Amino acid sequence: MQFDTPATSNPIDQLKVVGKPIHRIDGELKTTGRAMYAYEWYDPAVRYAYGYPVGAAIAKGHVIFIDSAAAKTAPGVLGVVTTLDVGDLEKGKLNTAKLFGGSEIQHYHQAIAVVVAETFEQACAAAALIKVEYAAEKGAFDLRAEMTHARTPDPSTEPDSSAGDFQAAFDTAAVTLDAEYSTPDQSHSMMEPHASIAAWDGDKVTVWTSSQMIDWWRTDLATTLGIDKEHVHLMSPFIGGGFGGKLFLRADAVLAALAAKAIGRPVKVALPRPMIPNNTTHRPATIQRIRIGAEHDGKITAIAHESWSGDLPGGGPETAVMQTRLLYAGENRMTAMKLATLDLPEGNAMRAPGEAPGLMALEIAIDEMSEKLGIDPIEFRIKNDTQVDPENPERPFSHRDLVGCLTLGAEKFGWAERARPGARRQGNWLVGIGVAAAFRNNLVMPSGARVKLDRDGVVTVETDMTDIGTGSYTIIAQTAAEMMGVGMDKVAVQLGDSRFPVSAGSGGQFGANSATSGVYAACVKLREAVSSKLGFNSADVVFENGDVRSGNRIVPLAEAAGEDGLVGEDTMEWGDLTKTHQQSTFGAHFVEVGVDIATGETRIRRMLAVCAAGRILNPITARSQVIGAMTMGAGGALSEELAVDTRHGFFVNHDLAGYEVPVHADIPHQEVIFMDETDPYSSPMKAKGVGELGLCGVSAAIANAIYNATGVRVRHYPITLDKLIGDLPDVA
Amino acid sequence: MPTPIQLELSRRKLLVSSAATVAVAGAAKDVRAADIRGKALQNTTAVALEVNGETQHLVLDNRTTLLDALREHLHLTGTKKGCDHGQCGACTVIVDGRRINSCLSLAVMHEGSKIQTIEGLGQPGNLHPMQAAFVKHDGFQCGYCTPGQICSSVAVLEEIKANIPSHVTANLTEQAAITSAEIRERMSGNICRCGAYSNIIDAIIEIAGVPA
Repeated sequence: MQFDTPATSNPIDQLKVVGKPIHRIDGELKTTGRAMYAYEWYDPAVRYAYGYPVGAAIAKGHVIFIDSAAAKTAPGVLGVVTTLDVGDLEKGKLNTAKLFGGSEIQHYHQAIAVVVAETFEQACAAAALIKVEYAAEKGAFDLRAEMTHARTPDPSTEPDSSAGDFQAAFDTAAVTLDAEYSTPDQSHSMMEPHASIAAWDGDKVTVWTSSQMIDWWRTDLATTLGIDKEHVHLMSPFIGGGFGGKLFLRADAVLAALAAKAIGRPVKVALPRPMIPNNTTHRPATIQRIRIGAEHDGKITAIAHESWSGDLPGGGPETAVMQTRLLYAGENRMTAMKLATLDLPEGNAMRAPGEAPGLMALEIAIDEMSEKLGIDPIEFRIKNDTQVDPENPERPFSHRDLVGCLTLGAEKFGWAERARPGARRQGNWLVGIGVAAAFRNNLVMPSGARVKLDRDGVVTVETDMTDIGTGSYTIIAQTAAEMMGVGMDKVAVQLGDSRFPVSAGSGGQFGANSATSGVYAACVKLREAVSSKLGFNSADVVFENGDVRSGNRIVPLAEAAGEDGLVGEDTMEWGDLTKTHQQSTFGAHFVEVGVDIATGETRIRRMLAVCAAGRILNPITARSQVIGAMTMGAGGALSEELAVDTRHGFFVNHDLAGYEVPVHADIPHQEVIFMDETDPYSSPMKAKGVGELGLCGVSAAIANAIYNATGVRVRHYPITLDKLIGDLPDVA
Repeated sequence: MPTPIQLELSRRKLLVSSAATVAVAGAAKDVRAADIRGKALQNTTAVALEVNGETQHLVLDNRTTLLDALREHLHLTGTKKGCDHGQCGACTVIVDGRRINSCLSLAVMHEGSKIQTIEGLGQPGNLHPMQAAFVKHDGFQCGYCTPGQICSSVAVLEEIKANIPSHVTANLTEQAAITSAEIRERMSGNICRCGAYSNIIDAIIEIAGVPA
């Protein structure tokens, strides 16, 4: 099905099931420990062997020699596969750094060997016996030091944009801001480590793994192994979080497949937690410069956003300027990105890539500018709202209600009670509130599904879509139930299997809208098959209560399916509506913090997000996406930072003790409000993404609340107490 | 400042000394562990664990954690390995009534221990009230930290009832109260990167039967 004109009315609009607060259909499996993740697949007839990976201890250079003699004779060891043994392997198309194979080391903890043994303990102990000789080379690891060497990245990343004459307008603006901000490298730190089990059957391999994107992994694993894609079967029905860290093929799958081949038995490999931050990908650090010029009435006349980031050769920039092209009006504008070559681990997508760090800076700048203008920051944002793409004013937003989010949030949060910076004190606590806009584009991806109707009237959806905690199982079941006119108890959903039609996968907040649209398309096909079999005119057919009805004929779906059942399969493809109309999601984050006047410790007291993201398919799972993102944003504001060792080129705090993500005690009760809206330009579902929107702007709202509490402006994340304490008032 | 002797401490010495520690801590019932002293080093040990009410006899590599004994030997994979270093809490199980990180405990230390895992708390169709509350309040997303969160939740309420103080307990001379601040503090060893904390607290508060 091609979606190329805005949606009119369709069966989803009945909203008998879609849009309802239905609890996760996988909830009982997850809360009882029965949901099986990659490392847990178990067949009593199979003797699994354990692979333990070894990572490079240099950041750049070559492996000269690997002495695995001691490891090979250690108790229980079945084999050792080294990067020198296998030689150069073709890199997956979507990976920047190679995962395994050959002598070249591109980053610290790059996989260089896997030791396979009968037990985990034996493999782990033997891996420690591997001795490696390296020829280390000098690398570049310090973004700030490399800024002057940074270059304009590939044109496909749209590194430069402009409209009007920024410089002239900025030079003549009545009020200006010119400030630098920085965001650190961040780690996805999903709870389930990357893990795979590989089992060969002749020249075919089945891999149980933890992947957000089944087809991307399947394609790149086939490339790396040098085998036909049809010979790779991938399974990933449950994924213990991803946040972008499981978008692209990872070393555990390659190591498991090669090790299983080498020893002739199924092998399971998990990346040890301390290996994950340096072996896999991370959100790259940025240095950003923002300039804003405005008239005294608060109208922005000039806005510029520049960003510097680094990556390995062949990598891309963190696109931190992108939202600034669309979020606020202003006739004269420019953005620019510069990319430095860094020999740190591969930088790549982490939840809301671009917008998350971009808004961390931009939404502080907007707060600063409103203060310079003496205008309330909400009023300043509303004054500079735009209903069209500011660079191409003939191109409207499909639907944009940023103003509604800000005004409703202000009312619900009690924004009117905001005091001057540093003016509100409760005991030892300096108390303040802050706001930031949330913005993230709505992306769509082709998505396929197969829907089967059986003789019991059960509707089964099969798609390679993944559920990384987002609620895919549930919203897909709701979509199928709505389309086929059955209850949720008559729907089964099977996900994450490469034998199923290729879906959008989970990423870029495109999963929910795209994948349910694919299920919609397949259900349309199945409805046609039912009508056709019964000789009904499909134009006036109604599917409800488990029956199909045309005029005064009513047939139960089970009967319509017959002994052989019926199948509908289709892929949703997308026309030009994303080009003719800018499709984005909007929100407003409100935060109250207390900052201890003596220690500079920040505690978050209240959080509210108001989101405008089209139709909300399930308010329970959508809300959870948003509160989870708000939590991640709290980490980004206050504690998360991969510390770079700029001498040896690696992230020092590479585990969950050193890399501090928020814990229970850091997070207060969180409120989320969804604007009641639909976006017919987006899809037949009229929904948009929400999982990344929830993260966009949160950290800046916290930063602005800290400023409001203390009067201390911090522009470099994370806002740890050492950055505040010197400027806090004397303890009275 | 470590001395060279400490640095040269061999694995053999470590195992012997840890066995001795077990003997002291476990008193009389750990006779088998104590017997290792002074004899040839054994790489494996027979151990009997009572898991979810059933006695399980295992012969394990001495290095096997309780977590791996559950996951890789008993195939009770509801208990999760998130970090294997005691940093995340995904491996939380209840041992003799107290929650522990099972990744930080060797299985051979638990001869005769009563171990309750997520599988023992409740099953699909027969959920423990805490499991049902997590479903109702959507106290999870990816589900990977969830068994640890639930085991911790159940044990936390017992710890408060038993008047075991926490960092935020204001008055040590009074009975500890079940408050959201107490629960947040005590649950802070269980990381949820999906960020379901707000919902998890709602679930626990409901089971605790107190107003938030």
